[in-house]
Amino acid sequence: MSTIALNTSSAVGRSAAGNAEAPVRIAVRNLNFYYGDFRSLKDINLDFYDRQVTALIGPSGCGKSTLLRTFNRIYSLYPEQRADGEILLDGQNVLSPSIDVNELRARVGMVFQKPTPFPMSIYDNIAFGIKLYEKLPKSELDGRVEEALRKAALWDEAKDKLRQSGMSLSGGQQQRLCIARTIAQKPEVILLDEPTSALDPISTGKIEELIEQLRSEFTIVIVTHNMQQAARISQFTAFMYLGELVEFGPTNKMFMNPAKKQTQDYITGRFG
Amino acid sequence: MDTALQHQAANEPTTAPAPWGRVRRSRHVADRALKITCTLFTVLGAFVLGWILLMLLVEGIGGLSPAVFTETTPGPGSQGGGIANAIVGSLIMTVLGIVVATPVGVLAGTYLAEYGKSSKLAEVIRFVNDILLAAPSILIGLFVYMLMVQPMGGYSGWAGGVALAIIAVPVIVRTTEDMLRLVPGSLREAGAALGAPMSTVIIKISWKAARAGMVTGVLLATARIAGETAPLLFTALNNNFWFNPNLMGGVANLPVMIYQFALSPYENWRELAWAGALIITMSILALSVVARLLLRKDKIR
Repeated sequence: MSTIALNTSSAVGRSAAGNAEAPVRIAVRNLNFYYGDFRSLKDINLDFYDRQVTALIGPSGCGKSTLLRTFNRIYSLYPEQRADGEILLDGQNVLSPSIDVNELRARVGMVFQKPTPFPMSIYDNIAFGIKLYEKLPKSELDGRVEEALRKAALWDEAKDKLRQSGMSLSGGQQQRLCIARTIAQKPEVILLDEPTSALDPISTGKIEELIEQLRSEFTIVIVTHNMQQAARISQFTAFMYLGELVEFGPTNKMFMNPAKKQTQDYITGRFG
Repeated sequence: MDTALQHQAANEPTTAPAPWGRVRRSRHVADRALKITCTLFTVLGAFVLGWILLMLLVEGIGGLSPAVFTETTPGPGSQGGGIANAIVGSLIMTVLGIVVATPVGVLAGTYLAEYGKSSKLAEVIRFVNDILLAAPSILIGLFVYMLMVQPMGGYSGWAGGVALAIIAVPVIVRTTEDMLRLVPGSLREAGAALGAPMSTVIIKISWKAARAGMVTGVLLATARIAGETAPLLFTALNNNFWFNPNLMGGVANLPVMIYQFALSPYENWRELAWAGALIITMSILALSVVARLLLRKDKIR
């Protein structure tokens, strides 16, 4: 027990303090979510700050992934799922039917738990997203692909095999490819759904470093099961339980001095 | 935690280890018996198949000669002859059938896997497709006879091709749907998450991921219709001449030729029937091998 506590506090020491001065990028207001008749999110109100990493933590089934999946309306692929309330991205409600869902998803990128390289070359994997919304001459496209791979810290490993299948990469490389694919589109927000839970510790470390770098450009929301990870990489943390938001605050405060006992119990591993 | 376990283990009364020989002999016997029975019947199946192939090789190779590939089928009572017209006729109608069936089958299969999923319409189409898959092929021959041969005023290669296409469509629908269902949903989500509309996700991602399996389905459908006899009996018929270039009138083809020649009293006809059977079987074998290689190559990648 004591080792966990030690790790957590040292990790908090390393992560930058939450900057509540940053403007709000995403504001969630009275959000409810339903799988069929089951209400899985209950009146969520939450702000996400510009160019900060916000971690969503909580036990399995608490609704953290569900919440993440409302931001780009990816849930709407499944007809039995629906959301009501408001999610304001720069003041505009993305749940409104007048918003073009594909355009929204180009602005709000997402990386999934399992790496999902498309069955095409590394180059085409990244060009795929760019080509959807921009018509670029070949040379410019090449530049964008390189830029994305560099930002995802994959360029050195992939530059000699851009024409090889994306599936030929290792799991950690595949996940960085997926991140590269997402940032190549120049989104404003990046959603990460447990991006390291299928990876080994070294790959996890690389992705965490990457997230730290991407923070200067993107607003990042990450769902994680790993509390040390949340402490290491996020500036803000939201703790959810049974579809409700229990506590939200700067990460160091959440881990050192949580306001609620439930939060305290969860982050010290007493339940969950 | 560790110490707790040890503590518990130390405190428990030590139970005597289970004695050997608790498993009844009959269980071993039953276990062995099932294995032997399964092996036996597998060998039986393989033996019959081997026998057929061997017979085909022995009888068919005897009938093969250069004339088989250059001359037309001989008339009753005449000597020699070949089956060039039947080979070419079969080739044309098979290609015709698969060219018609592939777009229909692939698009319908895509509807079932990507759009319809578990909707009522999809359920109905799936059910009808299964019936079509099992429909007696002679029925399809009769159907096309009513649909095309009667209105057009005669047998034709076109009617033959359409009859074969109807046989091939359900096979292609089924394999396309099955292969697309194997594509993980996470891949579709990833495509949608980049802002790709569904059509782009299907064409650029799902089809690409399922490509090898879908091509295999088309190849297997080709193999299936290459050997079909009944649908051609009432549609392309068969005759002993080169067919019209416009494919109107009877068009010679291997399966019906084999059917007619094998039952004939003429020695040279029966030999040609064997040769034709060998050629058809070898072509189907080659198609199946190519299909398997394609799938294996996809798995390795």
